[in-house]
Amino acid sequence: MSESENTAHRSGHDVQREVEELESKSATAARIFDLRRIIGGLFVLYGIIVTITGITDSQAAIDKAQGVNINLWTGIGMLVLGVFFLVWLKLRPIVPPQETESD
Amino acid sequence: MHTPTYAPAYLAAELRLPTNGLDYAILGIYFAVVLGIGFAARRSVKTSLDFFLSGRSLPAWITGLAFISANLAATEILGMAANSAQYGAYTVHWYWIGAIPAMVFLGLVMMPFYYGSKVRSVPEFLLLRFDKGAHLLSSILFAFAAILIAGVNLYALAIVVQALLGWPQWVAIVVAGFFVLAYITLGGLSSAIYNEVLQFFVILAALIPIVVLSLKKVGGWDGLTHKLTATHGHDFTTAWGGTGIGHANPLGANWLTIVLGLGFVLSFGYWTTNFAEVQRALSAKNLSAAQRTPLIAAFPKIFIVFLVMIPGLAAAALVPKIGTSGSGLQYNDAIPYLMQELLPNGVLGIAVTGLLAAFMAGMAANVSSFNTVFTTDIWAKYVVKDREDSYYVRFGRLITAIGVLASVGTAFLASSFSNIMSYLQTLFSFFNVPMFVVFIVGMFWKRASMKSGFWGLLAGTTAAMVNYFVLYKKDIIHLPSDQGANFVSAIAGFVAGAVVMVAVSLFTKPKPERELQGLVYGTRSPGLSEPPAPGDAAWYRRPALLGWGAVVLAALCYIPFSF
Repeated sequence: MSESENTAHRSGHDVQREVEELESKSATAARIFDLRRIIGGLFVLYGIIVTITGITDSQAAIDKAQGVNINLWTGIGMLVLGVFFLVWLKLRPIVPPQETESD
Repeated sequence: MHTPTYAPAYLAAELRLPTNGLDYAILGIYFAVVLGIGFAARRSVKTSLDFFLSGRSLPAWITGLAFISANLAATEILGMAANSAQYGAYTVHWYWIGAIPAMVFLGLVMMPFYYGSKVRSVPEFLLLRFDKGAHLLSSILFAFAAILIAGVNLYALAIVVQALLGWPQWVAIVVAGFFVLAYITLGGLSSAIYNEVLQFFVILAALIPIVVLSLKKVGGWDGLTHKLTATHGHDFTTAWGGTGIGHANPLGANWLTIVLGLGFVLSFGYWTTNFAEVQRALSAKNLSAAQRTPLIAAFPKIFIVFLVMIPGLAAAALVPKIGTSGSGLQYNDAIPYLMQELLPNGVLGIAVTGLLAAFMAGMAANVSSFNTVFTTDIWAKYVVKDREDSYYVRFGRLITAIGVLASVGTAFLASSFSNIMSYLQTLFSFFNVPMFVVFIVGMFWKRASMKSGFWGLLAGTTAAMVNYFVLYKKDIIHLPSDQGANFVSAIAGFVAGAVVMVAVSLFTKPKPERELQGLVYGTRSPGLSEPPAPGDAAWYRRPALLGWGAVVLAALCYIPFSF
């Protein structure tokens, strides 16, 4: 068997061993924050801002949007999405796996 | 890349949006959250696997939405709306036949080999299946292409921001470059993926009001088709009208080149071997989640076409001369034009934020896949080998910064030589095609030899380029349009790659069978022995059901557009 084949063969198992080793030390699962909190928070905030804009919108703004109070409807939609993520987070929290070692 | 290659055209100067403090506040909040995600994700980065692949630990809904978001860049949104304003309802082909089958194939057939073999990148799979020649060639070409596309995205952003908000181009390039640099350097792939998921929802919030109001303005779907039939003919609002072989249509393609060129070769090449996409699936927490990544993405993909096509069609109905010298508007202006016409302050801020978010996500997906390939495939395998893991994390951060600076440079270059850029973009787009040939032959044919990967890649790329740049551009064969030529070149590249692979395999040694475990169809990968996670047996999490469901749904969507 030629040398290059040997190298290729080694590297195949090397990759798997290396990745398994790194996986066992990985900290993402234990330490990453829950994205649902961020999406929920941002959309609730955006929802409140845009809904208030809709409530206080001038007739000119409504006329521009083809007679639809688009700020109001978009704001409510974003609010609902934000609340959905926060409720989901509340009902199904993630239990992070214990970190195997500290650093 | 998947979007038809539009040279970033200059948007009409009169598209300046009437933004106010409220809109800028909405934009400012978004930028703050983007940076916050970067800082918060930083403490989860401990190993190089955390930095480059989120520790292979993310849930499927997150990787799935990031998968769709990485594709939903602003060049795609503006480009597909432009495509609809120019060609009409043919745009649905880029979604229903040009994406869904390939995404389902990736999830159901290819993912067990990708994820199960524990590779960290697409080129790394080629290293295991073939040899260093195929590995190095694909790594280098991918790294170049990723920087180029990131730069083109940045340049397109600068043009749009200049037209819509009045910022000088260099300000937009530097600001967007800085934010992407900051959050990826801090939090690595996790930060890129989290921002992509957030961006997905902001884009929806930006596009849905535009769709609703533009439909209202043209008198609903009936009013829209009625107007367009009167000005553009009946075929404009159908998917297949005028695509018979020998018929002329504006797309310059017939049903055969659409199905084979777009639906099979181009689409499978992009969705199954482009690492900027596949990386999202490889960061999933287990095989089931990795398989579900493209399948979960397929469902929004089926419906996103309406969010980009309807504004494009509406623009064509409202400004019948769009894209011609008779109006001040280019096809690319469709969505910005509707934003200006229809959105009041508030929703306008959301739409601007969505557009900027989409530009940054398109760039970030390329930067975060570039740094992975450059570090794990080029640097750690050929330049500085066998150092401790923390060295490669530091190097990954450094190369992220260098990559962003290089794409900022590319963006500035593009602003002086935009023709060269669109040429380069077309050039690199042909690279995905032979990648797909090499993958498909390598995965399904044990006999494909170690050397055949490299030669298949080279031959396929060359054939596609010769067909496009020599035969088509020099008019040796006649093809009616750039799009049509694109499809035919892809088919040529595919056939040439496959023929050369078979020929080379017949004359060179196959890879020993024991080294092909988990890489070739019919063998078991080591990753398959992992026990399934609790709850993965639920019916709505079964990959086969999700995959076939998406295919059936996409086929059903064709029905109302077929007559």
